[in-house]
Amino acid sequence: MFIPKGLILVSVFLLATICFPCTTSAQENPYFVAYDHYLEEPGNLEIEYFSTFGTQRDGNDFHSFWTEFEYGVTAWWTTELYLDGQTTFGDSTIFTGIRWENRFRPLKREHFINPMLYVEYEHKSGADKILKEGEGHDVEADFLTPNARARRDIINEMELKLILSSTFKGWNFTENTLAAKDLSNSPWEFGYALGASRPLALKASAKRCTLCPQNFVAGVEMYGGLGDRYHFGLRDTSHYLAPVLGWNLPSGWTLRISPGFGLNDNSHQFLLRWGVSREISSFGSMVGRLFRGRP
Amino acid sequence: MKIRAVGLCLATLLICTCFPSAREAQQTGSSTSKQKAKESVYSEIGKAPEKARAQHNPLEKDPDAVAAGQILFEQRCAECHGDRAEGGKKGPSLRAAEIQTAEPGAIFWVLTNGVVRKGMPVWSKLPEPQRWQLVSFIQSLGAAPPKPETSPTSSAQPPAAKGAFLPRR
Repeated sequence: MFIPKGLILVSVFLLATICFPCTTSAQENPYFVAYDHYLEEPGNLEIEYFSTFGTQRDGNDFHSFWTEFEYGVTAWWTTELYLDGQTTFGDSTIFTGIRWENRFRPLKREHFINPMLYVEYEHKSGADKILKEGEGHDVEADFLTPNARARRDIINEMELKLILSSTFKGWNFTENTLAAKDLSNSPWEFGYALGASRPLALKASAKRCTLCPQNFVAGVEMYGGLGDRYHFGLRDTSHYLAPVLGWNLPSGWTLRISPGFGLNDNSHQFLLRWGVSREISSFGSMVGRLFRGRP
Repeated sequence: MKIRAVGLCLATLLICTCFPSAREAQQTGSSTSKQKAKESVYSEIGKAPEKARAQHNPLEKDPDAVAAGQILFEQRCAECHGDRAEGGKKGPSLRAAEIQTAEPGAIFWVLTNGVVRKGMPVWSKLPEPQRWQLVSFIQSLGAAPPKPETSPTSSAQPPAAKGAFLPRR
């Protein structure tokens, strides 16, 4: 029996959120690509589903998707597991790989600029289309390879990021620099992401509400590649500018949407991203109790 | 190969979730270490620099600040500090004298910086006015009520003197 892989990822997301009804209200940033310096609260698990629709010149448009499990191990360490897939219209739907990401907060206190270290391992196929970051000389034409052929290329990659993020007068400004190394004999590749966002209201309402302006966070992000070790720069790279909007519901759900626009001829002309996430409080304690038993 | 890699990642996630966070691990220790951990959290208040202590709560006279702070508290803080701020499994009581007699600026400073090595997250992701609303609410609580014989969330417990709690959703 054929079961679409996208449906499997959505099912994993829904099952996980339904199984753990104990939720907490999240204050999530609206970014899809950029990271700020805030980590998951310790012991909490956030389950996220993201989707990207992208246009493709000289080829078929695509829909890529990923499910993300983000766990706050401590107040200074968050770990995440991603399951990725994509559908290329007129071609096929395939699972494209997994990623394991860790973010560390090296400083104890809040500063004007807050650094965060990011380390990720990716095991993915060449058919990966999630565009979670811009790196190296990735361009739109790379996506023209049919899935059957592209998926034969297996990529094992380490990715390092330095995240510098500031909060000023309610605004968050973040700057991410990326260095990625395919563990085969490929050169280091570089990329960047910039983001700025702000809640629509800074003061919280004295009434419980879902549509209050403080629950909405709007902003913009820009990201792209910076070439590789031998050809560093903007030549043959792709870049995107994307307004972002996040809606943090008091019930623990967060919705995000972002139309993205390619800034040069190497970029996809249009990307539409959306995502839904739910935070489960004290997940670590719940799982711990399963193994320790109740006192 | 792919199955092995997926298995490895799932196993890692499971291990991460099975082991309690650093803060939780501390609290499974002896009562002495529990007391020490709580003291060290309160001691963060004393570490607030003079400039931070001198900060005035700009929402002190805002009639809605306590009510808004209460909603924020339930959404962000009650999970660790307890529904009535009497202290929970992860966080200490906020009705302790150390908190209630502290300068508003010092509480604001702890909220902003967190106590990262002890498990309290940084709350600067909340805009400044919301952190001040939380300070208003926390300092409206007054001293801790006597501990009930039964469950701490029992409905028999009287509401706080100034900042009466709304029922949790």
